[in-house]
Amino acid sequence: MSDKRRLIIDMENIVKRYFIGQPNELEVLHGVGLKVYEGEFVSIVGPSGSGKSTLMNMIGALDLPTMGKYYLDGFDMYNAREDDLSAIRNTKIGFVFQTYNLIPRMTALKNVELPMLYAGMGRRERTVKAKKLMHMVEMEDRMHHKPDELSGGQKQRVAIARAMANDPAIILADEPTGALDSATGRLIMDIFHRLNKEQGKTIVLITHSNELAEETERIMSLKDGLIISERKGTGKVAAG
Amino acid sequence: MLLGENISMALASILANKMRALLTMLGIIIGIGSVIAIRTVGNSVTETFSESMSSMGATNISVGVTQRETEAVKSEESGLEFRGRRDRKYPEEKDYITDEMIDEFRNEFDKEIDYILLNESIGSGVISVGGNNAYVSMVGGDEGYFKGQNLELVAGREIGDKAQKGGKAVCLISDYAAKKLMGSEDYEAVIGRKLQSVSGRKFYDFTVVGVYKLEDMGMLFGGNEDRETTLYTTLGCAKSHTHVKGYPNFTVSKVTDTSVDSYELRSRIQIFFDRYYHTNREFEVSTSSMESLLDELTKTMDKISLAISIIAGIALLVGGIGVMNIMLVSISERTREIGTRKALGATNGSIRLQFIIEAMVLCLIGGLIGVILGVSGGLFAAKLMEANAHPSISSIIESVAFSMGIGLFFGYYPANKAALMNPIDALTYE
Repeated sequence: MSDKRRLIIDMENIVKRYFIGQPNELEVLHGVGLKVYEGEFVSIVGPSGSGKSTLMNMIGALDLPTMGKYYLDGFDMYNAREDDLSAIRNTKIGFVFQTYNLIPRMTALKNVELPMLYAGMGRRERTVKAKKLMHMVEMEDRMHHKPDELSGGQKQRVAIARAMANDPAIILADEPTGALDSATGRLIMDIFHRLNKEQGKTIVLITHSNELAEETERIMSLKDGLIISERKGTGKVAAG
Repeated sequence: MLLGENISMALASILANKMRALLTMLGIIIGIGSVIAIRTVGNSVTETFSESMSSMGATNISVGVTQRETEAVKSEESGLEFRGRRDRKYPEEKDYITDEMIDEFRNEFDKEIDYILLNESIGSGVISVGGNNAYVSMVGGDEGYFKGQNLELVAGREIGDKAQKGGKAVCLISDYAAKKLMGSEDYEAVIGRKLQSVSGRKFYDFTVVGVYKLEDMGMLFGGNEDRETTLYTTLGCAKSHTHVKGYPNFTVSKVTDTSVDSYELRSRIQIFFDRYYHTNREFEVSTSSMESLLDELTKTMDKISLAISIIAGIALLVGGIGVMNIMLVSISERTREIGTRKALGATNGSIRLQFIIEAMVLCLIGGLIGVILGVSGGLFAAKLMEANAHPSISSIIESVAFSMGIGLFFGYYPANKAALMNPIDALTYE
C-alpha cells in the first residue's frame, strides 16, 4: 500500500459508546484506527461481539462515532448532520447485505433504480443505467422479476447492481455470502473481484470467515472493540 | 423525490394488500358516500321543486282565511311541520273575505301588487252534444285570474272586460272537451254554441266564446278514463250560481320588481287583514308564497344534510383512525424496507412523504369509491322520488378534497414515525 493513493476511509481513534451517562453505559469500540485506500479490497474479520457490526455501521454512515476522527472520501463525518449522512449513504456508499434487503413489491430493475431515484436522477437516465448494471451482473433476463421470484444468488447479484448504482466510493459488503451455498457464494465473490480489478472499486468485506478474508489484499482482525492485527491476505481463492 | 414515483409506489403497496385496504377504506367510503347521496337527493329535490315553482309563478302570494292556531299548535311549528289541528274547522261564509275588503286592499297595495286573482268554483258537471259527453269542472274567474292562468287559445277569443263586468254566461272550454263533444278537431265549430252543463239536478247554460289548449299533464291523469277539464266562465256568472258572498282565499301577483320583498309584503298583508279579523276568535287571514315554501324546503333539506354530515363526519373520523392504524401496522411490517431505503440514501423527508402519500392515496381511493356509490345511490333515490337528478358537483369536489385531507392528517403521525426510525435498528428488525 502506497500513501500516494487516495485515502477513502480515514479513521483514527474511533470510540463508540452506547447508553451514555446511564448505569449500563457500554463502550463497544475502544479507539479503532482504520485506513482504506482507493482501489483496495480489504476485509474486516472478527467473532460476533467483537464490534464488527458497529464498525460497519460507522463506515457506512448509518451511525456516528462518540469520539474520534472519520473522513470518508475527504468528507468530515464527525460534524455531519442527518441529511448529510443520507446524501453520503446515497452517493459514496454501496451496501450489500447478508439478507439482500431488496424491496419486495418492486421489480429487480426498480430496486436497482432506487438509489438513483433518491439521488434525483431522471426516469429515462435511471432505467438506462439500471439496465447496464443488470447486464454487468448478468441479470438482464430476470430484471422484470420481483425478488421473491429470484434465487438467493440472483437476489444478491441484484443487490450488488443496486450498490453500484450511484458509482459509490466504496462497496460495503456485510457477510454477502452468509446466506448462500458455497458455489453461489463463490460466484458472488468473483463478482467482487471483478469489480475490484476491472473497475478499481474499493471494497470493504465484513465477514467471520477467514477463508474468504484470505482472498482480499488486507485483513484486519477485530476483537473486543480493537483491531488486534492487520496482515496481507494470501490471495488464495476459496474453492467454489 | 418525484410525486409520480411516490404515487406509483403507494398504489403498489395498496394493491399488495387489497382486502386490508378495502376494509380500511370502508369508513371513508361510508362517510363520503352518505354525504354525497343525501346532497344529491337534496339537490335534486330542491331543483325540481324550484323548477316547478317558477313555472307555477313563484311571485304569487296566496291569501286565505284559516283557523286560528292555538298556542299548543304553534309550539309544534318548530322543526318539521306537523300541523295537526285536532278540531279542524273550515271558514263559513260569514268569515270570508268580502268584496269591500278586496277593494280596500287593492287601493292600499296599489304599488306592490300587479293584479289579484279571484275565482269561484261552481262544481263538476257534464255537457252533452248529440250524445257526446264531456266532463267539466266549472270555475268563474276575474280578469286577474285569467291573466294568471295564461291560457293559450286555439279558437275563438278570450272572455272580454264587458262580459266580465256584466257577469255574462260565456265560457272557455278545453280542446279536449271540444273534441269530445264535436267528435273532430274542428274547434271553430264549437264557438258560439250554447251548451248546458248538468250537475245533479242543476242546469247551467253557457255560450262558448273560446277553446283553450289543455296543458299536457303527462300520464299523471292518464288512462282511458274521460278526463274532467276546466270550463272557465266569468266571476259574476259563477257568483250568480253559487250565491256565495266573499272569498275563502285569493291569490296576489306581486309586481315583478325586486325592490318589493315578498316577506315584508306578506307581513303587511297580514297586518291589513288583522284589522278586519281581530274580532274573529276562530279565523284569521294568513298568507303563503311559493318563495317561502321553497325556502322552507331548502331549510329542511339543509337540516337533514347537516344531521347526515355529522354522522358522516363520525364515520370519517373512525375511517381516519382506521387509516392511521393500518399505516402503523404497515410501517411496522415494512421496518426493514424503511431501513434499506435509508441505507440507500432516503432522507427522513422522503420517507415521510412516501407514507403520507400512501395514506392520502388510500383515502382518495376510498373517497372516490364513496363518491361513485353516493352519486349512484342519490340519483337512484331521486329517480324513485321522480325528481330530476342533479348531482352536487361542489360536494363531490369537497368530499374528494376532504378525504385527501383525512389522509394527510391521519397519515402524518405514522409517516413521521417511519421517517424518524433509526436506520440501524430498522435494518436489523426481525
